[in-house]
Amino acid sequence: MIALAFTSLLLVIGMGGGLFAKSLPILQEHSLSNLLFSSSWHPMKGEFGFFPFIMGTIWVTLLAIVLAFPISILVAVFLTGFSQKRIWKLVYPILDILASLPSVIYGVWGTLLIVPWISRFFGPIFVEYTSGYTVLAGGIVLAVMILPVLISLMTELFKTVPEELRDVSISLGATTWQTAKFVILRKTKAGIFAIVALAISRALGETIAVLMVCGNSAETPHSIFNACYPLSALIANNYGEMLSVPLYESALMLAAFLLFIIVLIFNLSSQLVLRYIKTNE
Amino acid sequence: MKWKFIEERIFRVLMHCSLWIVFGFLVSIIYTIFQRGCKILTWKMITTLPGGGFYIGGEGGFLNAIVGSLYIVGASTILGLLISIPIVFYLNIYLSSKSKFGYVIRLAYDILFGIPSIVYGAFAFSIMIYFGLRASLLGGIIVITLLIIPIFVRSMDEVAKTIPHEILDTSYSLGATKWETVGVMMRQIAPGIATATLLSIGRAIGDAAGVMFTAGFSDRIPESLSQPTATLPLSVFFQLSSPFPEVQNRAYGAAVVLTIIVLILSLSGRFITKYFSKNKI
Amino acid sequence: MMNAVTLPIVNAARQISTLWKENIIKPITRSDNFVPDCKFEHTLEKAEIDVSGLNVSIKGKLILKDINLKIPEKKITCIIGPSGCGKSTLLKTFNRLIDSTEGIHVEGKVQLGTNDIINTQGNALTEMRRHIGLINQRPCPLPMSIYDNIAYGCKINGIHNRHMLDKIVEHYLKAVGLWDEIKNRLHTPASRLSIGQQQRLCLARSLAVEPEFILADESTSALDPISSKIIEELFVRLKEQYSIIMVTHTLRQALRIADYVVFMYLGEVIEAGDAQTVFHSPQEELTKNYLSGAFS
Repeated sequence: MIALAFTSLLLVIGMGGGLFAKSLPILQEHSLSNLLFSSSWHPMKGEFGFFPFIMGTIWVTLLAIVLAFPISILVAVFLTGFSQKRIWKLVYPILDILASLPSVIYGVWGTLLIVPWISRFFGPIFVEYTSGYTVLAGGIVLAVMILPVLISLMTELFKTVPEELRDVSISLGATTWQTAKFVILRKTKAGIFAIVALAISRALGETIAVLMVCGNSAETPHSIFNACYPLSALIANNYGEMLSVPLYESALMLAAFLLFIIVLIFNLSSQLVLRYIKTNE
Repeated sequence: MKWKFIEERIFRVLMHCSLWIVFGFLVSIIYTIFQRGCKILTWKMITTLPGGGFYIGGEGGFLNAIVGSLYIVGASTILGLLISIPIVFYLNIYLSSKSKFGYVIRLAYDILFGIPSIVYGAFAFSIMIYFGLRASLLGGIIVITLLIIPIFVRSMDEVAKTIPHEILDTSYSLGATKWETVGVMMRQIAPGIATATLLSIGRAIGDAAGVMFTAGFSDRIPESLSQPTATLPLSVFFQLSSPFPEVQNRAYGAAVVLTIIVLILSLSGRFITKYFSKNKI
Repeated sequence: MMNAVTLPIVNAARQISTLWKENIIKPITRSDNFVPDCKFEHTLEKAEIDVSGLNVSIKGKLILKDINLKIPEKKITCIIGPSGCGKSTLLKTFNRLIDSTEGIHVEGKVQLGTNDIINTQGNALTEMRRHIGLINQRPCPLPMSIYDNIAYGCKINGIHNRHMLDKIVEHYLKAVGLWDEIKNRLHTPASRLSIGQQQRLCLARSLAVEPEFILADESTSALDPISSKIIEELFVRLKEQYSIIMVTHTLRQALRIADYVVFMYLGEVIEAGDAQTVFHSPQEELTKNYLSGAFS
């Protein structure tokens, strides 16, 4: 049993180590800064610049957070301060289903609904032409995917605020929203940051859905109406051919390693903060 | 009217909007998937193998994907249960609740839960190459098992942690050994196991990025562990990228089946929690 | 060389700052004649609570049975009785915090002056709550600085002028005798104060929104004897301006400070009246038993 329990730790370390070992060949060939900041991606010529993919990941993830954060915070505040408990019984199944839908379904939904909507209605307002397969499409789909985790964690977090604090604020003549704004959000600031970090780590790793709607062109996006190519999509899209080109496998494993490290940092820090809050309640 | 009441009114409206947006997303996803897929989906599609060659042939259905998913999900769920139940027992019976080691192990599982499935896939794939293995049913099963163990451990651990220690103490004081106490605990966390299983099945059946590398894709039903296999999400993803509308239709049909399965799992999970929480202490 | 230039400047700056600290140089304000305890309009004519036929049930269980009471103005009213008799529920009914309890059902009438407490809804309810301050059992500072704790009630009610807020904070901290203890660390988190100081801070915070009534729910039970003595004395001093309702567990405390006493038992008011009358010549058998310590 102890061995089994220990394997979890081992797996985390092994995964990081293994991916790093696999990406060593390319790190010996090119400098890390060159790999991270060069925009030229030509595996056939031996040029591996990850900059467009890193920027693609950042654009899509940030957009998803920007879209999902206000919605989730409003819903969580509503659920904990404004509504009766019976509303929860209606909302939780919705969140459950949203959380359990496979990412390929989100991808299909994105291609069937969001992409055409952007290319036909929303995009033309701002730019002359857009295919619809854009940062925006990826951002919207990702936002919907991280909504359930954001909302349910925030609701849990807001519930940890002692009832007396609300009572105090309300008996001073504050409205429910003022209480939420000045007392609850203030009290749970650290927790909200941690939850956002957790949501970012989820969004970073999401693959299939963004792969299906982002357009996948290896160029650095300049607006939300450009196509982009996140790291996870890069790995998923090229595994088939990677064995035939020298260093290609190593490059993709470096991408996986980068993803692993970034996700690990976000995830670990948010888990530590959330645990700290839980024990110090 | 005072500003604070105007503010309250504005935010109340915004909150209702957010709630409706979340609900609207769910409805829109399910409606889009069903609207596109239901008119295509026939009984024949579910019960026949694809004909005329993968990617180009439009005949037949996606029985290969259904069976492949069943194989992978079934095997990895059983494996996952066998591995994670001892871990949960170890964490909750053998370790005290304040154990540092337990803290680290739980943290490791939380981190493993957060690691994107594409990273699991890339890692497993590189190991498979190292051992000279080809994409196969076995590879898919192993990756999915690794992927769902953290879910099993986390959700069973949540239930096990809430079991009052008096029950264990009573069991000890009646002269039971630690091993016999496991039986007592088993009965207590049975509902936890049920919900954890449903959660894991949901995640296992929906995952595409992990098995993409490791299970490969095939038009046939695998006859041994070393043959590649299709799964439902993979069949949606690959067939959707085909230029032939007939093949694409199969993808939409498969998407409907996948969605229905996930909906059933999610709703029955809710039902089970409700049912069991009635006669729990 | 450098010193010769900088030293006079530094000295001058020091002088100015000491002058500033000793209030010899005064900040110029637009609201120098602003009175910190007269900033909200007072619509209540009479700060009396009048309860008639009040029934409160939670999930079908009757917690308060047919309460009829008149709580006088500018007096200390003590509600006494054994635990679980519905004292706190009654208190919470007065400022409608009871609304957040699940499965609650309230019947009857509670009048605050001319306002009907039970049937007030929405914005009017929020406004009404300002007239009724609440001091909890455990001090409950908001997660912000000492200054902001006092200023909170004013800010949410639309007072943002810094000079006004400064004056308000000073005024109310002086009113509860905290000013001299903490004037140098107004901007540190309120949670760093001692429990007794926190409770006085909570009192100052309630006073800052100019309530007519103060509800104190066993407000001294979590404090050490000295702090609770200070709070008691404050209450006695404050009754000139405010009506105070106190729920208390300790009979001795009630004896010390009560002007008016309500004795409750199992959700009913057994006896209510002047402190002298109730304590020295109780009419009811139950009251006699309770006062003689037969049950608690």
